[in-house]
Amino acid sequence: MNIWEIIIISLIKILIIVVLMLLSVAYLVYFERKISAWVQNRVGPNRVGWLGLLQPFADVFKLLLKEDIVPDAANKPLHTLAPFIALFVSFATYAVIPIGPPIEVFGYKINLVVADVNIGVLYVFALTSLGVYGITFAGWSSGSKYSLLGGIRSSAQMISYEVSMGFSIAGVLLMSQSLSPMKIVESQYGWMWNAIVQPIGFITFVVSAFAETNRLPFDLPEAEPELVGGYHTEYSSFKFAGFFLAEYANMIIASGMIVTLYLGGWQVPYIDKLGLSTTLTTIIQVAAFLFKMGALLFFFIWVRWSIPRFRYDQLMNLGWKVMFPLALANLIWVALLIMIFNL
Amino acid sequence: MPSKKREKDLNIFEKLYIPEIAKGMALTLKNMFRPNVTLQYPEVKFEPPASYRGRPVLVQENNGVERCVACGLCSRVCPALAIEVQASETDLEKERYPVKFEINMLRCIFCGFCEEVCPEEAIVMSKDYELVFKNRKDAIFGKDKLLVPIENLKDRLEFLRKFK
Repeated sequence: MNIWEIIIISLIKILIIVVLMLLSVAYLVYFERKISAWVQNRVGPNRVGWLGLLQPFADVFKLLLKEDIVPDAANKPLHTLAPFIALFVSFATYAVIPIGPPIEVFGYKINLVVADVNIGVLYVFALTSLGVYGITFAGWSSGSKYSLLGGIRSSAQMISYEVSMGFSIAGVLLMSQSLSPMKIVESQYGWMWNAIVQPIGFITFVVSAFAETNRLPFDLPEAEPELVGGYHTEYSSFKFAGFFLAEYANMIIASGMIVTLYLGGWQVPYIDKLGLSTTLTTIIQVAAFLFKMGALLFFFIWVRWSIPRFRYDQLMNLGWKVMFPLALANLIWVALLIMIFNL
Repeated sequence: MPSKKREKDLNIFEKLYIPEIAKGMALTLKNMFRPNVTLQYPEVKFEPPASYRGRPVLVQENNGVERCVACGLCSRVCPALAIEVQASETDLEKERYPVKFEINMLRCIFCGFCEEVCPEEAIVMSKDYELVFKNRKDAIFGKDKLLVPIENLKDRLEFLRKFK
């Protein structure tokens, strides 16, 4: 393939992914409102369009047309920059998550991932660490005490849980011997999904993912009764929409990572024994990936409306005194497995 | 009566709170499949029970005459000073009738004192809760907007007889 073909194929992939991400984020907001309504015995949005399906467009229009207020004491460049850092991080991370196995289209062999780098997992971690900057800038540059407190708490929380996230991933890396997401998915053949082989690591990673995305039960930095909105108190109109979308995009990224690292990515157990044609297999595998991600997103939303919020000291306690030792124990467990079974 | 477990009595599995979390999540999941209780207003309107205190209305008997004798008690007892009555003579048996009876709905607080004090059961709180005006003058309801035939107010009158 010459350079033009590579560029055009990548551009097409980028376009598809960006459009899908934007739509998914908008509809994730809609589904959160619907599912939270069902949990609470009510109906949720059902007026805008059939069954309320056009509600995200109404929401986005409303947010775009609002007045943009910047407080006097704010540091204007940082105040404007912060939501864009958050958005950039969320969208850029999706470039390395594989949706399906490599396919053959019109004679070109393409991978169903925008950028097949062989340090994909490290790239994801680098970007989530950058995401902390977005929140810190937002909290500090707003010039208000609630924002500052919210921003500091949120950054400390995200940094603490990144430690246990990293150690859980180290367990996965020991099993798959590669940082590339494609190879990690390929190493989980049959029933050997990482969630079953390393259950403690799975639990630690899921809990850390909840904390990273500032989702209940770890959402003290942005909880309304506690901090009037935390780091995004002083934001209005498009910048608030930026943070809002970035939070849901982070949720999608976290689900994508959990599926890729622990739930076998696009693998469906024993599908090659059925002897179907390759296109059908690929379609089933892509559908399986999307279904797993959808199930995880439903789990995120379900947990949000079921569990009370952690207090800040309980949160930090959990991150350092419980999750971190568990992640280390998981590492020892995986090492033992590899030693015993000579994997 | 079994005493509640104290924190030091929890076993190791319960200390992780996993059973409690699982029970909570099962409850939310169960609630998703229960029917919802939302009324699709304005297609379906809420029908209040007989004891509901909606807007005050004048009772109109079957021959088209109001029951009110313009004694002025409701206007005197109204805490918000929303009612204005002007009496005049009539040849009917009741001898008095209100030539002008106005309630300013912007002042009315829907307390029901006028209904309680009326000696003729002539003013009652109806079930109507939808009041919309476009300017302040429209909010002063005269006799034309306040008269309601007695057929529509039967359950309220029965409620008053039984309980008040």
